[in-house]
Amino acid sequence: MYSASDLRKNLRIKIDDEPYIVTEFNFTKPGKGQALYRCKLKNMISGAQFERTFRSVDVFEPADLQEKKMQFLYEQEGQYCFMDNETYEQVLLAEDRVGDARNYLIENIEVEVLLFEDRPLGISLPNFVDFIVTEAEPWARGDTVSGNTKPVTVQTGYVLQVPPFIEVGEKIRVDTRTGEYLTRVKD
Amino acid sequence: MPDSWPLAKKRRALTLRARILRELRRFFADRDYLEIETPCLIPAPAPECHIDAMACEGWFLHPSPELCMKRLLAAGYDRIFQICRCFRKGERGARHLPEFTMLEWYRREADYRDLMVECEELLSEVAAALGCDGATVYQGETLRLGGPWERLTVAEAFARFSPLSATEALARDCFDEILAIHVEPQLGRGRPTILYDYPLPLASLARSKREAPAVAERFELYLAGIELANGFTELAEEGEQRRRFAREEEARRRAGKPPYPTPDKFLKSLPDLGEAAGIALGVDRLVMILADAPDIDAVTAFTPETL
Repeated sequence: MYSASDLRKNLRIKIDDEPYIVTEFNFTKPGKGQALYRCKLKNMISGAQFERTFRSVDVFEPADLQEKKMQFLYEQEGQYCFMDNETYEQVLLAEDRVGDARNYLIENIEVEVLLFEDRPLGISLPNFVDFIVTEAEPWARGDTVSGNTKPVTVQTGYVLQVPPFIEVGEKIRVDTRTGEYLTRVKD
Repeated sequence: MPDSWPLAKKRRALTLRARILRELRRFFADRDYLEIETPCLIPAPAPECHIDAMACEGWFLHPSPELCMKRLLAAGYDRIFQICRCFRKGERGARHLPEFTMLEWYRREADYRDLMVECEELLSEVAAALGCDGATVYQGETLRLGGPWERLTVAEAFARFSPLSATEALARDCFDEILAIHVEPQLGRGRPTILYDYPLPLASLARSKREAPAVAERFELYLAGIELANGFTELAEEGEQRRRFAREEEARRRAGKPPYPTPDKFLKSLPDLGEAAGIALGVDRLVMILADAPDIDAVTAFTPETL
């Protein structure tokens, strides 16, 4: 069982025998009042969304979902294809079920495909993904002020802010939970 | 150097934070407030149902320095302030850290109205010193910091923004939800709002209002929907304070929370407090607003998750 203090973005809980995912989560505590856990919940099958505020005494059942390691093969007309490397079984996921994770789908990346009664519902990414920078402004050598940033594009088309010394062709590590640059990777 | 990037990119916010701390201290020094320090580790925090102290070596990390500061006040220190770290179990969100920085200040011969005025002066002066020129932009919204600020009683705010009156909301046990969902987001829009005169059950240490005993002389300051400070006229009656603490302890027990020892030395000092008022202001949130940062993480060097 989960308690309200376990609630966080992406937690999956069961309400009325259906799996729900927390899509937005806000901890709030008005004045000297009690802790409130404000959630947006999405039904993982129908996609229906609603908002609910929980108190610290509330408890939840975890949703009984299966995750399988699969490799990303290709995208075609908004369908993303993943393959189980042991059974060679393939599943297709529509673009709206992949969501922002598509920014991280470099070729052959291994992800967890989420299954509810053998139906693929979505994917979860490794926490860190290494990209190759495909487009970047050149580094103005004088710019060594720490805290400055510039945008670069990586091979999936994803654009993010990085320190000014990063150049085209370099490998960078990105935290998929925040979408932010972490460090330069040297092979 | 690349691995230090998450810290390095906070330089601007941390520089502003240091400046704000300097300006806060300057404000109080100019007004003859004595800066004091009280222990973080205390034997007994104020019993409040919804504030959970962290236990440490059989004592507690203080969730607020208020009890020690009021004992100093009772001992004749007329104007005191403190900027310190406070600790509250389980509080983590975009505007909450379990360890955070609090500014508290206390005055004798003053009530909550005097503190409302002093709050206005404090924010105006700090903003002016930072070159904000009376206004600051927070997440796209211009906030006029110079007075006059909006002042709303809790009853007025509920009448205006909530489907239920404050009294009905209390009776139906949904006051906190309505305050958080319907009322707070409407407060401090365009200029700061002072929300005042709280129902007495929502003020464990505040004096009740002489002309309207059902409310307490307590106020909260809001900017851009964000709660920034909580102040009140101090309750200086030992007997009444003991009864309120007992009620809070009972509520804690019913909620399955561990009991706190009674802060006896604090209670015994109350008759010497006289007419006094005090206020606590969240420094991280003030910096967050003045730095135009979306969350508290952006203006603190470390959060529990990055240690």
